[in-house]
Amino acid sequence: MNSRYNDFFFSLLIIAALILIPMIGVGVLGLKFLFGVIIPYGALAVFIIGLIYRMVNWARSPQPFKIPTTCGQQKSLPWIKRSRLESPASTFEVGLRMFFEVFLFRSLFRNLRADLEGKKLIYGSAKFLWLGAMLFHLGFLIIILRHLRFFVYPVPEFVNILEKVDGFFQISFPTLYLSDLLILLGLSFLLLRRLFDAKVNYISYASDYFPLLLIISIVITGILMRVIIKPDIFAIKHYAIKLATFKPIIPEAPLGVLFYVHLFLVSSLAMYFPFSKLVHMIGVFFSPTRNMANDNRMKRHVNPWDYPVKYTTYAEWQEKFRDVMEEAGMPIDEEWVKEAQKQT
Amino acid sequence: MSKLPKPEDLIKDVNLHKMPAQPWMDVKPEFKAGRYLYAVEPQVMEDLGKPHLGKWQPYDEKWPLPEDWKERILKAIRDRMERFRSFKLFMDICVRCGACADKCHYFLGSGDPKNMPVLRAELIRSIIKGEFSFFGKLFGRLAGARPLTEEVIKEWYYYFYQCTECRRCSVFCPYGIDTAEVTIIMREILHELGIALDWAMKPVRFSHFIGNHIGLQPHTIKENIEFLLGDIAEITGLNIEVPINKKGAEVLFVTPSADFFAEPGIYTFMGYVLLFHHIGLDYTISTYASEGGNFGFFNTLELAKKLHGKIYEEAKRLKVKWIIGGECGHMWRVWHQYHNTWFGPFDYLEVPKSPITGTVFDHARDHKAVHICEFTADLIAHGKLNIDPSRNDHLVITFHDSCNTSRGMGIFEEPRFIIKNVCNNFVEMPENTIREKTFCCGSGSGLNADEYMEMRMRGGFPRANAVEFVHKNYGVNTLSCICAIDRAVLPTLMKYWVPGVEVAGVHELVGNALIMEGEKKRTTDLRYRPLKGMEEEV
Ligand code: HEM
Ligand code: SF4
Ligand code: SF4
Repeated sequence: MNSRYNDFFFSLLIIAALILIPMIGVGVLGLKFLFGVIIPYGALAVFIIGLIYRMVNWARSPQPFKIPTTCGQQKSLPWIKRSRLESPASTFEVGLRMFFEVFLFRSLFRNLRADLEGKKLIYGSAKFLWLGAMLFHLGFLIIILRHLRFFVYPVPEFVNILEKVDGFFQISFPTLYLSDLLILLGLSFLLLRRLFDAKVNYISYASDYFPLLLIISIVITGILMRVIIKPDIFAIKHYAIKLATFKPIIPEAPLGVLFYVHLFLVSSLAMYFPFSKLVHMIGVFFSPTRNMANDNRMKRHVNPWDYPVKYTTYAEWQEKFRDVMEEAGMPIDEEWVKEAQKQT
Repeated sequence: MSKLPKPEDLIKDVNLHKMPAQPWMDVKPEFKAGRYLYAVEPQVMEDLGKPHLGKWQPYDEKWPLPEDWKERILKAIRDRMERFRSFKLFMDICVRCGACADKCHYFLGSGDPKNMPVLRAELIRSIIKGEFSFFGKLFGRLAGARPLTEEVIKEWYYYFYQCTECRRCSVFCPYGIDTAEVTIIMREILHELGIALDWAMKPVRFSHFIGNHIGLQPHTIKENIEFLLGDIAEITGLNIEVPINKKGAEVLFVTPSADFFAEPGIYTFMGYVLLFHHIGLDYTISTYASEGGNFGFFNTLELAKKLHGKIYEEAKRLKVKWIIGGECGHMWRVWHQYHNTWFGPFDYLEVPKSPITGTVFDHARDHKAVHICEFTADLIAHGKLNIDPSRNDHLVITFHDSCNTSRGMGIFEEPRFIIKNVCNNFVEMPENTIREKTFCCGSGSGLNADEYMEMRMRGGFPRANAVEFVHKNYGVNTLSCICAIDRAVLPTLMKYWVPGVEVAGVHELVGNALIMEGEKKRTTDLRYRPLKGMEEEV
């Protein structure tokens, strides 16, 4: 079968397996220490070591040329209005550009949609990708920050505030956070887009569906725990703080298999992270078309592996054309030829 | 050569929202006439001391790849990953969001999914995963991985020469992934086996051995210039001289060699000459460093560096103080983003300072090369030019931003400022098709060969479509630009898609408008077309 949805279904299958593993492992076999301590620690180690490896690997590879993509007016004559953000000429301006890229997805915000109507190309605004990506990433960030309350004691004030704001719209009881809904909205949009937008579907692999489905599963198991099953928060907190302070315990109170599923999915995400496209989180900071200043003619960029390349020197060239040049009455430069000879 | 379909038919089959039923990895490259360029003649590579595959053509069923082709390619890939952070990173972080998908002019004009920048890059990304990554090998296609086969080499040849390195995709990518950079590197990798374009390599040989891409010998350049000066004399009544190889001049002026001999570049050249005469600039042209453009860049970065060493030896030999570069797109991408790294530091030159206005070009303080539009804009801003914009009243002008000067340099306002000062009728094309979002001419980066005409017309379609809009709505009849390749290829594109629009360099418009001291009454522009209101007198 050659369906456009194969890769999606394969990812779904993997997700199902990832859910089944802790269900059997904890629910049936009772391997709480494995799933509650060993795997989370292992995942964390893979995550951290993997990301550091990627980072060092990028940082150590040289960037031979200064190749910013200039999306705005360069700095040239003083009376010409220039774009500090899109054609940054200093480190500070590069910083600004990066800030807008990383936190506001500025380049994605430019997105357009091209349509062919008969013989006419029409460009429409297409901000939904930006919106979906923002909802998802912002939601993700807020959720991670909110989780700090499990791991840090006393709970930092900003986490409390965040939680209050996030839970301000009392949607259900107990509170369903706004960020949970928004991230689901964002993720669903990104997923549907991958399934039903012909172009995006065509370029998608299982490895593109998988992270989306994995994060969706994490969010859903999280919400389920909170809203429906209500596991023993106190016990989880106790366990999490012990975990964070490297004095792991096997949770005494029965935490429910759902908790272990949630935890295992998070561990899977952490382990998958360094080996996948998710490294764009770190990679974006290294992108030479965005993090270099457009000051090429002001400041020389050095290529560490530069090597000399032989070119046709003036002396060689003149020798070749001596006759025609003399005939045309063009000056012959013996002086330079001698000088050049001396130099070599 | 295949027959080019009529404009009405060319893009009939293009559907931007429908993809083939087969996954892209199963679609084999098919060398359709008009959509690929011929392979390089072996002698060209011999002369340059480069490897080659002997006599072959892309449509050959079996390519004469050397026995160890696979090891060599894999080694070349590894080598580039080590030497280019850009390449390695771009291979690592694409999330396949598709933001770049419909930004490429070749996709918009062909509907071929492998012309979506993301898939173009996947053509190599999939190999890196499939050959070097454990998980890639394990999961294969599910992880977007596949093995390297001879078919893949063919596919690379086809699609990395269906990219003009225009960087439009890079503007829209959330991580700035620049498929142009990927293409540059992939062409290098193909070169390691000796796989290259005839059209892109012959100019390299000429540039290397003779000094410019068309192989003009020094006396011919001189003759050509004298011929153009004859035209200037006829049109303006002035006898102007152009200093050639003059030692001790203040400025070395380097421009793409097409400006010496090819229409409509020659009119741009006449504009430069009139301008320099008008302000009494102490400058010289060189017959040794007679090519500002760089065809090496379309092949490998090493070849690019090889060709432009001449400019700086010439600057030393002639003992000039600084350099002005003429109107050209990829030339300025190379000058602006690469020269300082390759050829600097330039301590034998001085920080450019306009002898007319006293302006110090501080933004070029290290590289010491100034774009002619920066130079001219400064002159106009200081009121140093005597201009009659009504001499361009027979023209309704729009401006095409060249990809390279736009997205690889950021020169947008200078040419616009000049145009608005030297003519009265200027109209912008639609917003999404200009400045950093500008569309390629469809023939850049060494792809302007005749045998490639269908693809050129397809790739140029988005640009032409925008010109058509201003042509129909505002009567635009002149497409101005600051690029020699544009001047070479846009006339063909216009003839095909938007008949009635001519192509002109910005300094041609300057030349038309300049009121020269001692000139006779002008009745025609630099192309011998009557000025507005002078139709009777010509
Ligand atoms: C914890 C950190 C991050 C995670 C887990 C993450 C995850 C993801 C995932 C899974 C996608 C794919 C969405 C899809 O398949 O459609 C994605 C896309 C994207 N990410 Fe991130 N990301 C992270 C950080 C960042 C950062 C710091 C940026 C800043 C530039 C960023 C920018 C984007 C953008 C622009 C997209 C494209 C939208 C899309 O594909 O739908 N991400 N990210
Ligand atoms: S826009 Fe960038 S990240 Fe998105 S598919 Fe294109 S290259 Fe990949
Ligand atoms: S650089 Fe230009 S031609 Fe190449 S893939 Fe990107 S948009 Fe297309």
